[in-house]
Amino acid sequence: MAKSEHTAYAYLRTTKKFPNIWCAGCGIGIVMGALIRAIDRIGLDKDDVAVVSGIGCSGRMPVYLDFNTMHTTHGRALAFATGLKLAQPKLHVIVVMGDGDALAIGGNHFIHAARRNIDLTAIVINNAIYGMTGGQYSPTTPLEMRAATAPYGHVEPPFPICELSIAAGATFVARSTVYHAIELDKLIEKAIRKVGFSVVEAVSYCHTTYGRMNKMGSAVDMMRMLKEHSVSLAAAEKLMPEERAMKIVRGVLHDVDKPDYMTLYNQVIERAKATISGKEFLRAGPGGLE
Amino acid sequence: MTVRLMQGNEAVGWGAIAAGCRFYAGYPITPSTEIAEMLSRELPKLGGIFIQMEDEIASLAACIGASVGGLKAMTATSGPGFSLMQEHIGYAAMAEVPCVVVNVQRLGPSTGQPTSPSQGDVMQARWGTHGDHPIIVLYPTSVPEAFDLTVTAFNMAEKYRTPVILLMDEVVGHMRERFESPPLEEIQVIDRMGTDVPPEWYKPFGDTIGDVPPMPSFGSGYRYHITGLYHDPMGYPTQRLDEINPWIERVHRKINSHLEDILLYKEENLEEANTVIVAYGATARSARHAMKLARQHRHHVGLVTLYTIWPFPEELIQRVGRIARRIIVPEMNLGQLAYEVERLVGRHKVIRVNRADGEMISPQMILDALEGA
Repeated sequence: MAKSEHTAYAYLRTTKKFPNIWCAGCGIGIVMGALIRAIDRIGLDKDDVAVVSGIGCSGRMPVYLDFNTMHTTHGRALAFATGLKLAQPKLHVIVVMGDGDALAIGGNHFIHAARRNIDLTAIVINNAIYGMTGGQYSPTTPLEMRAATAPYGHVEPPFPICELSIAAGATFVARSTVYHAIELDKLIEKAIRKVGFSVVEAVSYCHTTYGRMNKMGSAVDMMRMLKEHSVSLAAAEKLMPEERAMKIVRGVLHDVDKPDYMTLYNQVIERAKATISGKEFLRAGPGGLE
Repeated sequence: MTVRLMQGNEAVGWGAIAAGCRFYAGYPITPSTEIAEMLSRELPKLGGIFIQMEDEIASLAACIGASVGGLKAMTATSGPGFSLMQEHIGYAAMAEVPCVVVNVQRLGPSTGQPTSPSQGDVMQARWGTHGDHPIIVLYPTSVPEAFDLTVTAFNMAEKYRTPVILLMDEVVGHMRERFESPPLEEIQVIDRMGTDVPPEWYKPFGDTIGDVPPMPSFGSGYRYHITGLYHDPMGYPTQRLDEINPWIERVHRKINSHLEDILLYKEENLEEANTVIVAYGATARSARHAMKLARQHRHHVGLVTLYTIWPFPEELIQRVGRIARRIIVPEMNLGQLAYEVERLVGRHKVIRVNRADGEMISPQMILDALEGA
């Protein structure tokens, strides 16, 4: 296939930024491909899509994408996206974060964006490590694993991203892995279509740091682990609880309907306008109202 | 024209509305909370948005996001929250996103004295975020000026694509004064420059006449990239020196080549003055009182009130240095802006009057310094 015919080509800033900065074998590009396929399938106009990221390997994704893109500060992408979405409600705002980005430095913003049910799509690429800074342990590094800052084994339990999202109030929560690229784009599509705060956990890996320190082999070996250690939600339901706990469960884990923040805030605007008109202020000047 | 009693914090809120602010994100903190409260009441009447965020870091982030989305945006805080906002003041400077940050100062450091006045954040407003960056900091002395300078803060933010900080003293924020509301049509409101070039020609960080590139909002058909990394004219990250250096030069030039517009101050009785008081904020009011008392006793005392403290008005202070034998710099801190004055006129000429215990500087303290000098 000629490259100009490839679906992704029309959505990439092809002239400027390639090749990308990610290590050969990294899963982030697969998530980017899945995101593009999802947007293409929904048929969104590129002008109507914004992609916002934080800092880290995942933070570099927006620069490659031909949308309205914003590479913000570490952990704060959801707060920037909140302002952008409220100012431009017609935009489909997609927020791409890593596990350290979303859940350590950005943990507060993450739970509050979910609680507010602001209409954003949050994609958390979970590789269980800080990759860009050299493999320090993150809030999703499993117990006993090695990291650059856990040379004797990790002693903190990990955050379960999806369960945390559900508890905090997200309306749509799903999980897949970078091995299951087609499933991933379908879940991202559903998440974008959902009105409300939606979370997709894309389980990935970092063979460069985490894989090396934990003797897990190459990117291909780690990809194989994602295949072997994950089960669909339907299959997981047939497993014993202790077996299930050992697996990465893939699928839509949570999907409820409730009014999003902007819908409710529009009611606030209607109520406020009903009390004293804003027009009265505009006519009378600042002193004319109280 | 209506005349009413208005509080300083309230005046900031009305000034923001008059300037076209339609987005406020903030976190409650004394002594700035009235700004958030009044805007939560007034903004939705105009279809604007108020949101209380989870912290001050998120508050300024949301303002920057909203500004990129095309709304004029403001947040207000006090010292501890201002410390948290430093991260995004730097981001707004780097990404050239207009926004207004109000800091109604309290006595610091740390939690300090939440309801006591202080001018302790003067240097933080200039240098609080990491890295060299241009910044504009405005400073009212009264309730009417709080209104006017809030409008000016928005105008400068939009005109120069920069964060603008409005520093206020707790006593100005909480004071109630006579306020004559100006007719709206007399208020000059400046909006950021848009563009009508074809989207493929648009350069969000390109060289432009006046050094401020136009800024269409996200969703308007101009798709571009914003980052806190050093970037090229297209907004894409770069490590090339031939792209980094022109950017650094331009963002500093866009402020420094417009000082005539940006530097606001008032001179009083400078002719024949052998002593000049250089003051700002509530302290300038004590200074004016001290000047009047001294002049009754035939002392040749003048006053310069600074409304723009950053960039620092170097030429003005150098001129004052040529006129005056002595310069008195009263501040509700242990001496911050005095450094700038001393740098320009020499330490021997400068008499500092300081206190940082949460009490105002009285006219008598300034008079004592006059007599002792």
